[in-house]
Amino acid sequence: MNLDLPEQHELLRRTVRELAGERIAPVAEELDREHRFPYEIVSALAELGLMGVPIPEEYGGAGADTLAYAIAIEELTRIDSSVGVTVAAHTSLGTMPIYLFGSEEQRHRWLPDLASGRRLAAFGLTEPEAGSDAGATRTAATLENGEWVIDGAKMFITNAGTEITALVTITARTGPDEISNLVVENGTPGYEISPPLSKLGWRASDTRALTFSGCRVPEGNLLGPRGNGLRQFLEILDGGRISIAAMGLGLAQGAYEQAMAYARERHQFGRPIASFQAIRFKLADMATEIEAGRQLVYRAAWLKDRGRSFALAAAMAKLYTGELSRRVVNEAVQIHGGYGYMDETPISRFYRDQKILEIGEGTNEIQRLVIARHLGLP
Amino acid sequence: MKVAVCVKEVPDPAAPRKIDASTLRLDRSGEGALNPWDLPAVEAALRLVEEHGGEVVCVSVAPERAAATQRKALAMGADRAVLVADEAIAGSDLVATSRVLAEALRREGADLVLFGQQGADSDGAVLWAAVADRLRLPLMSQAAGLEVSGGTARVKRQTEHGYEVIEAPLPCVVAVSDAINEPRYPSLKGIMGAKKKPQETLSLADLGLDAGGVGEAGSGTAVYALGPPPPRGDSLVVEDDGQAAERILEFLVERKLA
Repeated sequence: MNLDLPEQHELLRRTVRELAGERIAPVAEELDREHRFPYEIVSALAELGLMGVPIPEEYGGAGADTLAYAIAIEELTRIDSSVGVTVAAHTSLGTMPIYLFGSEEQRHRWLPDLASGRRLAAFGLTEPEAGSDAGATRTAATLENGEWVIDGAKMFITNAGTEITALVTITARTGPDEISNLVVENGTPGYEISPPLSKLGWRASDTRALTFSGCRVPEGNLLGPRGNGLRQFLEILDGGRISIAAMGLGLAQGAYEQAMAYARERHQFGRPIASFQAIRFKLADMATEIEAGRQLVYRAAWLKDRGRSFALAAAMAKLYTGELSRRVVNEAVQIHGGYGYMDETPISRFYRDQKILEIGEGTNEIQRLVIARHLGLP
Repeated sequence: MKVAVCVKEVPDPAAPRKIDASTLRLDRSGEGALNPWDLPAVEAALRLVEEHGGEVVCVSVAPERAAATQRKALAMGADRAVLVADEAIAGSDLVATSRVLAEALRREGADLVLFGQQGADSDGAVLWAAVADRLRLPLMSQAAGLEVSGGTARVKRQTEHGYEVIEAPLPCVVAVSDAINEPRYPSLKGIMGAKKKPQETLSLADLGLDAGGVGEAGSGTAVYALGPPPPRGDSLVVEDDGQAAERILEFLVERKLA
């Protein structure tokens, strides 16, 4: 058994940490306040190969493993969740379906721009009335004269409407009891993107509602065999959970470090509050639970990198770190006292950014359902 | 052209520095990092080779584990690394270290030798001078700009009063200031590929050096005692009542500091 991270992964962590500290931390508050998409940051990350970490080099990615990807997401989210989710959604949800299920022709057509980060991609699964029950998707596509004609709506779609978004992959009903995945390029007539949705957190990330009315795409935009959509999106979500789990871990780590720094410097009753047991125990619990969460996340990534089944480990990591991040950020605000409630203190942004980690890519309840299913209960 | 960059492993600059009381040496047991002052030198070397072709080789004198630290420079884009590691070297002062480093550089025969301004641990800022002297090469320091053309290196040298523009024929030694460029972050591809780049570890014997010329035996200086810096003495605390900035400015003007 070897629990040491490989040296190159440590160097990657240091590099992303440096970049996040130098380039993202100084602007995070402003981007959040102005609900401004971080284009400059995406382009800096693209330059370093961080917009396509696990995509092979022949398609324009960095060709690194899931562990490297998880570490990069962890370190970005440690500073700014909006940046973390932009990268995670682009990679795991936007780019992955094309890499995993696309034909060679489709891969060569779309991946080089996506994996290099020149363009972004989105994944349209959720609908106004199909959330946890994703199979209840209503968006329909019918084949007419060699084209798919799409009608329907999608909801809460990350990265769908940025200036550099290339496409969205959507799940659609292509027949009775048949779901398939289709690629719709931005700018296709009949595909409309709402203005950015206003959110509690992740305010610098791009979230949209999409509508399709008589939207026509070539027959060749179907990903993989017709009718494979359900199996495909479940596989996408399994992998995506590792990145959201990495976000929970990174958010918890960032919140903990802020609480730690504040507790050392804040004096009450003539002593730093870090000298009071009430505060020390909170910090001790945070550090312990974060370490537990880290092992779950890295193990899920490790299993995936070895080609072993990782769905259970990913669901556990996602569930645990989602709830872990809530406990940690909650106590971190508590340690900050009144200052933690103020907009100018980063921890208040972390508090707002946290909640979605228990909802997106499968709610806590869905994770428990997935985990219970794996336990082979009657 | 061949550019050699001398890089140093220093204790993680974010962690507090500790002195080992038994040896009176800096405690280097914690995590190591590439000396931040050396990053602009690596960047300058990479840019020159990107422009003119050739190779960048990193050279260090350090314990063996510094090979991992050198890989950061390789991840940034350097082509290979040479590390002189020998237990006898521990405790060398600047002069003794320069003896080893100069030999390693002589073996490389680079067109240009680059240094960062100083080490973030001991802050000597003279090693480059000692090495240039041993190699009998021209030296230009505090380089805030560096161009090479037709066998000549031209440096924009930062001084207290402005810039000097000076030239020296290659081969020569240049110590760069951190104003020269903004070092790149290593790319993910660079990071993942760094371990596959050639790295060589040399002993003193490989360089034909005698252990007597290095370590404490080969050092002209000895450390007798170390202590915390004395208190700063007079200090003025300016409370901000709305006029703090003006009062600080007055204070500086009075002392001809602004």
